Amino acid sequence: METVQLQKIAQTVRQDIIREVYHAGSGHPGGSLSAADLMTALYFSEMNVDPADPAKKGRDRFVLSKGHAAPALYACLAERGFFPVSKLVTLRKLGSSLQGHPSMTLLPGVEMSTGSLGQGISAAVGMALAGRLDNDPGRIYTMLGDGELQEGMVWEAAMAAGHYKLDNLCAIVDHNGLQIDGRNEDVMNVMPIGEKFAVFGWNVLEIDGHDFEQILDAFDMAKKCKGMPTVIVAETVKGKGVSFMENNAGWHGKAPNEEQAKQAMAELGGEL
Amino acid sequence: MAEKIATRASYGKALVELGAENPDIVVLDADLSGSTQTKKFADVYPDRFFNAGIAEANMMGMAAGLAVSGKTVFASSFAMFASGRAYEIIRNSIGYPQANVKICASHAGVTVGEDGASHQCIEDLSLMRGIPGMVVLNPADDVSARALIKAAAAYKGPVYVRLGRAAVPVVYEEGTAFEIGKAKRVKEGKDACIIATGIMLDKAMQAADILAAEGIEVRIVDMHTIKPLDKEEVLAAAKECGCIVTAEEHSVIGGLGSAVAEAVCGEAPCKVKMIGVQDVFGQSGKPDELLKLYGMTAEDIAEAVRSMKCK
Repeated sequence: METVQLQKIAQTVRQDIIREVYHAGSGHPGGSLSAADLMTALYFSEMNVDPADPAKKGRDRFVLSKGHAAPALYACLAERGFFPVSKLVTLRKLGSSLQGHPSMTLLPGVEMSTGSLGQGISAAVGMALAGRLDNDPGRIYTMLGDGELQEGMVWEAAMAAGHYKLDNLCAIVDHNGLQIDGRNEDVMNVMPIGEKFAVFGWNVLEIDGHDFEQILDAFDMAKKCKGMPTVIVAETVKGKGVSFMENNAGWHGKAPNEEQAKQAMAELGGEL
Repeated sequence: MAEKIATRASYGKALVELGAENPDIVVLDADLSGSTQTKKFADVYPDRFFNAGIAEANMMGMAAGLAVSGKTVFASSFAMFASGRAYEIIRNSIGYPQANVKICASHAGVTVGEDGASHQCIEDLSLMRGIPGMVVLNPADDVSARALIKAAAAYKGPVYVRLGRAAVPVVYEEGTAFEIGKAKRVKEGKDACIIATGIMLDKAMQAADILAAEGIEVRIVDMHTIKPLDKEEVLAAAKECGCIVTAEEHSVIGGLGSAVAEAVCGEAPCKVKMIGVQDVFGQSGKPDELLKLYGMTAEDIAEAVRSMKCK
């Protein structure tokens, strides 16, 4: 798929995110918007998935380790055809399969229930081990937040993936630099990210997480790298695409009011 | 004198048999494969064994990932680290998605002995019982351990199996059948009922002998499944025996005693005395010395029955 088309889809995904979070009255727009381009690239170009058969053998699988970016995942799944786009406004509502954080037992297309930080990457390591045992051609992708890297369990998982040389595993770090309490470097410095993964035996790629050519190239290079897992450290902007949300930690976990939602949608070329 | 076998050894044996029966069985350990006995499986099926290193949290996460990929996963460590260190991963990555993981935790309770309080897990039943949908098993001997581990493998969903370090007497005849959630009435009696779990079943049977000599005929129930609890059997004990003594090698807070009390209080209230660790940490010592110190001997159980004066 052309990068121009991906940009267009990503813009729709961003509109969906704002609509979802606005209707829910709560949720996490900042980290969903920063991850929107990366997840769009996964679901609309990179990954071999079939919305008509979500459990198809040999498919690629994605684990959203930063589960709070659920609005972005749901938007991608809906736009890809896993469920009707109209369902997106049920996010966080009683009885909805669109839980505040993803639940694999409720929503087909969600490969692992996540939300508690640090756990998704561990599950992804287990999936990659299973894939190797079964000679399954499917690749395993997982996305982590940069603040999430403060969880010790991430490094247990990183050590295991390096130890088992899981070249069917590709982790993506959504490096937007911000977390709930502020800048990573003020809360708990996570830098240097790439070097940390490298010493655990990972192939490290550093890209602009909003540049589709770089994103697709990185996925390609990850596939070609044998004998070690790959991590793509993607530089991103928290709240990307909505001027007043960009680079503002205050929009980590807050829904816009009607006026703000309307402005956000106007900036994204849509309507509430 | 009955033969003595540790339930962790039963686990190692059962795993090897299961490995031959089911190619989808995968085993994980956290650098304790010799102690938990998963090494027996690793030696025969090295391709299906993964050492997570000393990283129990990640081991449980990997177990979840393997399980959602179609594997039947056994994950082992000491009870303290399996249920304690990795609790929240078990809760969110295994319990919540109903992943098909069997957490087989050895070295539970005070009979770990000399290693002391840091390694004597007396809270695991309580922790695991609180997770929605988690099946919690605590076999008493070699025969029941092997049977229940096979039942756990056949069951689809998360299961916690509590195993011990010390060799304990074989109570059951080889080949005795066990069903998850169905308690075993080991001895009939109507003067009182001792509901025991795990290695305390043997102590309960000794207590019954002591009491029989005094003319007190107790019923003994082996509650090998802590959850789902065999409520019918518990209520029958309450109604037919009038009082219950529970015996567990676990804290009296949140384990078998609590489960039994919860079951009777609404429908058939009766006196319940709980033999177990009374809200203290353990310490180093020989298993039998510790059981004596914490009031968990056959004589302690017998005395609890006498003191209730149910008759």
